[in-house]
Amino acid sequence: MIAIVDYGMGNLRSVEKALAYLGHAARVTSDPDVVVAAERVVLPGVGAFGAAMQRLSAARDGGPALQQAVLDVARSGRPFLGICLGMQLLFTESEEMGHHPGLGLIPGRVRRFDFTGRADGTSLKIPHMGWNSLSLRREVPLFRGLEDGVMVYFVHSYYCLPESPDVVAATADHGGPFCVALWRDNLFATQFHPEKSGAAGLRMLDNFARL
Amino acid sequence: MGGHVPAIPTLTQFTIRTAMVARRIIPALDIKEGRVVKCVRFLNPRDAGDPVDLARLYDQEGADEIVFLDITASYERRALMLDVARRVAEQVFIPFTVGGGIRTVEDMRETLKTGADKIFINTSAVQNPDLISEGADRFGSQCIVVAIDGKRRANDGWEVYIHGGRTPTGRDAVAWAAEAARRGAGEILLTSLDADGTQAGYDLELTRAVADAVPTPVIASGGAGSEAHIYDGLTRGGAEAALVASLVHYQILSIRQIKSYLRNRQLPVRL
Repeated sequence: MIAIVDYGMGNLRSVEKALAYLGHAARVTSDPDVVVAAERVVLPGVGAFGAAMQRLSAARDGGPALQQAVLDVARSGRPFLGICLGMQLLFTESEEMGHHPGLGLIPGRVRRFDFTGRADGTSLKIPHMGWNSLSLRREVPLFRGLEDGVMVYFVHSYYCLPESPDVVAATADHGGPFCVALWRDNLFATQFHPEKSGAAGLRMLDNFARL
Repeated sequence: MGGHVPAIPTLTQFTIRTAMVARRIIPALDIKEGRVVKCVRFLNPRDAGDPVDLARLYDQEGADEIVFLDITASYERRALMLDVARRVAEQVFIPFTVGGGIRTVEDMRETLKTGADKIFINTSAVQNPDLISEGADRFGSQCIVVAIDGKRRANDGWEVYIHGGRTPTGRDAVAWAAEAARRGAGEILLTSLDADGTQAGYDLELTRAVADAVPTPVIASGGAGSEAHIYDGLTRGGAEAALVASLVHYQILSIRQIKSYLRNRQLPVRL
């Protein structure tokens, strides 16, 4: 079973529906016990970083905090996929509206796009929204069967800056190349939305479910 | 994990690298009481009036997004559109937008809850501009599309019309687009009432005037009759996306044909 972590941020049903469409058992849950017991975990999310961390760390019903469950799974070696905000949350900290500590699983920061003062600034929109192509930086099980240059769907105003280039799995170009997918051990993450990226995105989710 | 991982194939002639966000081709479906209207297609959909089947078809043909316009007259029957949206979200895995009859933040919430990625508002935004900012604050600008129907004035400029193009408002379309963007609209869906249905091309002056007035993407709509019209809308008109309806519904052109044409002229598209 794939647990999709529900921490009250944005619409999580799209990921569930895409996995269901592919024939994989998935469940949206906010129960730490279900998350800890799952074979695979997806951390999706749309919204603000600080609010997301707050909701993740809030203990529920006297049980263990959802944040601890997510950390436990991420460190357990079981396949873990962060999507969009769910990728950003893996990092040390974010500069979204102040400074917020993240889960600290991937050393690095999350920053806002800033094109002020650039000659091409007006053509570089924020949010970075729409279809953009991936430069695949290395062989990654998540991208099995996909070609370099494949286009995927993005909606975000902040981007991830990992300290180590070794975790970068793919980059895209929006005012310069930036990390849009990472892979380290059992941790996978995408800044784009595989669940909204047509056939290419479905392939990634299927790859994840079969890891 | 582990196992054999095939090498990443090198770039082929079928993949094109683009250093920028692709221009989008967006088919629009008019929905009345849960059924597609004004749409004649014969590519063996099991049911030519079923919005879900058609949306899947357009997804397969390479649509970048899909827009559903609910033209159901009675407010009470809006639940039918929500049901359509829910079913689309189970079958179609590209972004889609729903509009028509959305009047409150609660309507927005209900619509987005179905799995729709964005909503659009037109008449209700003009009548209550706060709706734009309230929606953007609650759900994020990326969810909120403001649709504007503009009609050329005798002297100069364009006037905003509401109620499906029936009611003039006295507002200037370019100024209204700028205000909508300031209030938090993530995109402007711009239709020229003069060009709509003519298949003689978009109103490029209107499109350019609005594109220059807002920092947000503009979706050009109304009048496209050929690939060249779409190319013009995306270049001279300055639009980021083109809405297409009868052109693809009546199979005058396929989405793939349109995109090939654009790609051959160096515009970034997803093919």
